[in-house]
Amino acid sequence: MKKILVTVKRVVDHNVRIRVRPDGSGVETSGVRMSMNPFCKHAVEAAVALVEAGKAEEVVVVSIGPKASNDVILTALAMGGTRGILIETEAALETLAIAKLLAAVVAEEQPDLVLLGKQAVDDDSNHVGQMLAALTGFAQATFASQIGVEEGALEVTREVDYGRVTVSVPLPAIVTADLRLNTPRNAALPMVMKARSKPLAVRPAADFGISLAPRLTIETVSPPSEREGGRIVASVPELAAAIAQDIAGMEAL
Amino acid sequence: MAVLVLADHDLGRLSPATPRVVHAVAELGPIDVLVLGEGIDEVAAEAAAIAGVRRVRVAQDAGLLGQSAEALAPILADLAEGYTHIVGSAGAVGRDVFPHLAARLDLMPVTDVVAILGPNRFQRPIYAGNAIETVVSNQDKHVLTIRASAFRAAARGNEAAIEPVPHGDVAAVAKFVAAHRTEGDVPDLATAQIVVGGGVSVGSAEGFKLVEQLAAWLGAAVGATRAAVDAGYAPNDWQVGQTGKIIAPDLYIAIGISGALQHLAGIQGAKKIVAINTDAEAPLVKLADVALIGDLFTVVPALIGELDRLGVRR
Ligand SMILES: Cc1cc2nc3c(=O)[nH]c(=O)nc-3n(C[C@H](O)[C@H](O)[C@H](O)COP(=O)(O)OP(=O)(O)OC[C@H]3O[C@@H](n4cnc5c(N)ncnc54)[C@H](O)[C@@H]3O)c2cc1C
Ligand SMILES: Nc1ncnc2c1ncn2[C@@H]1O[C@H](COP(=O)(O)O)[C@@H](O)[C@H]1O
Repeated sequence: MKKILVTVKRVVDHNVRIRVRPDGSGVETSGVRMSMNPFCKHAVEAAVALVEAGKAEEVVVVSIGPKASNDVILTALAMGGTRGILIETEAALETLAIAKLLAAVVAEEQPDLVLLGKQAVDDDSNHVGQMLAALTGFAQATFASQIGVEEGALEVTREVDYGRVTVSVPLPAIVTADLRLNTPRNAALPMVMKARSKPLAVRPAADFGISLAPRLTIETVSPPSEREGGRIVASVPELAAAIAQDIAGMEAL
Repeated sequence: MAVLVLADHDLGRLSPATPRVVHAVAELGPIDVLVLGEGIDEVAAEAAAIAGVRRVRVAQDAGLLGQSAEALAPILADLAEGYTHIVGSAGAVGRDVFPHLAARLDLMPVTDVVAILGPNRFQRPIYAGNAIETVVSNQDKHVLTIRASAFRAAARGNEAAIEPVPHGDVAAVAKFVAAHRTEGDVPDLATAQIVVGGGVSVGSAEGFKLVEQLAAWLGAAVGATRAAVDAGYAPNDWQVGQTGKIIAPDLYIAIGISGALQHLAGIQGAKKIVAINTDAEAPLVKLADVALIGDLFTVVPALIGELDRLGVRR
């Protein structure tokens, strides 16, 4: 394997308790801490580890978003990525448009493997890897918790509803990372400094000649219904009585 | 308008998610259920029994066994012309297949739907369920995945016709190597009426057995936090939350679980929540309907004893 393309998205940090704007126009993102989508960190770690193990030569990092997305590309370069590409746009693109832009990058870069996160924790879509597989014709292996490299193929263990399944997919392939794939490294300061000198190309999204117009209208964004806290019981018999009462009131299914 | 629902199935049985998906889309038009796989006669029969199903369409092929996106999407795409809505459950197969299908059809999908407000108006959670988005799809065809836990199951007792669908060569790109199944006959987590969940504080796989014992006593499904799964105390398919399964039981009993945002994302639909925790300030204790502050290692065995005394067992 020569080249791995890895995608990283800049999202509201997963530790932030988000706030829905009172006018229903969306989630407040200004003045909120942003960072690399956690699943993308696992994808970057997997890519860099493959290079370190001598299974691949180069890791190209791509992000699509506003100028500030530079910071997540730099984080990925500090983790060991070779070079970066920022596809710049101020618009909040739908996953289909993201996948189309990435397909254009795949056509240019001709990677053997594309590693993505399984989902972005802002919109929780879980789309882009699968869409990219459909658009490129590359083999698809989603929700990976283990990746092994074989001759011209990958052995991927996927997390599924009944447990795990191991499949063998031919290269070129698209793999989306689950959280148990690895433990992402924290880049040491010298690596962070070094990342700034690695190549980073910035290209406007509009230059790709792809229609990025949204297909959906977001009518409104609202907070979920609040749960009311309940009571604290003092003893196991009280707890058992409460559970017994609940069960007695359940509809038979 | 007509709706095509892809049946969810495993080991030759229809998944409990599918009758819920059918119920969810009942208002959208006549419903055909598509069953893709091999050795699926019983699945087709079960699908035909779901109330509201017009007909069941079946394709059998060894290439469909792994239910991979590359094998399933072309068949769905070929049938798409006859339908305004192509729908699946938001389980692992649906999440794998439907975005792939949508891109193939040049459609933007709407996934994890928790409410259908009209033919092209849907609600879906974002940010781990901390916000709900209402979207209108301006397309003439809609690819949807439905969160089964958000809907009730359609009734049974139908006898819809079962018809084969012609299909070309099935190309499964991914070759099957091995399945690692979680053994045991606990109920399906995503649709269970009672779920007992355990956190990393059980300390060991042995400790997690306490959680499983209470679940078995109550005929409940078993859930776990990511921390418990990462530690190897519980299998990955028991994980509940943003990255795991979404549950909406009548009763959720959370044992030694702090209630991180990502875990809460999976349990918002629970009718009643009971928490057992040593920490009165734990977020899950704060939002539980009933909480007991105590050590799970003494509380859980005592609780089983007390339920036994009350004659509560399922
Ligand atoms: C991108 C991302 C996705 C994630 N997705 C998920 C997900 O899908 N599901 C999920 O669960 N997590 C998920 N997490 C992890 C989540 O943030 C928390 O780390 C995790 O839920 C914590 O699990 P826990 O409650 O078992 O452990 P802890 O947070 O460590 O809590 C342990 C609790 O046990 C209590 N306790 C300790 N000893 C005892 C005792 N003897 N008796 C009773 N109580 C005791 C403590 O008071 C504490 O409340 C995700 C994280 C990230 C970053
Ligand atoms: N704007 C983006 N820029 C780069 N990668 C992205 C972007 N959006 C999504 N991705 C990738 O696709 C994965 C799945 O995202 P999603 O389908 O949006 O949940 C993410 O983990 C990223 O790796």
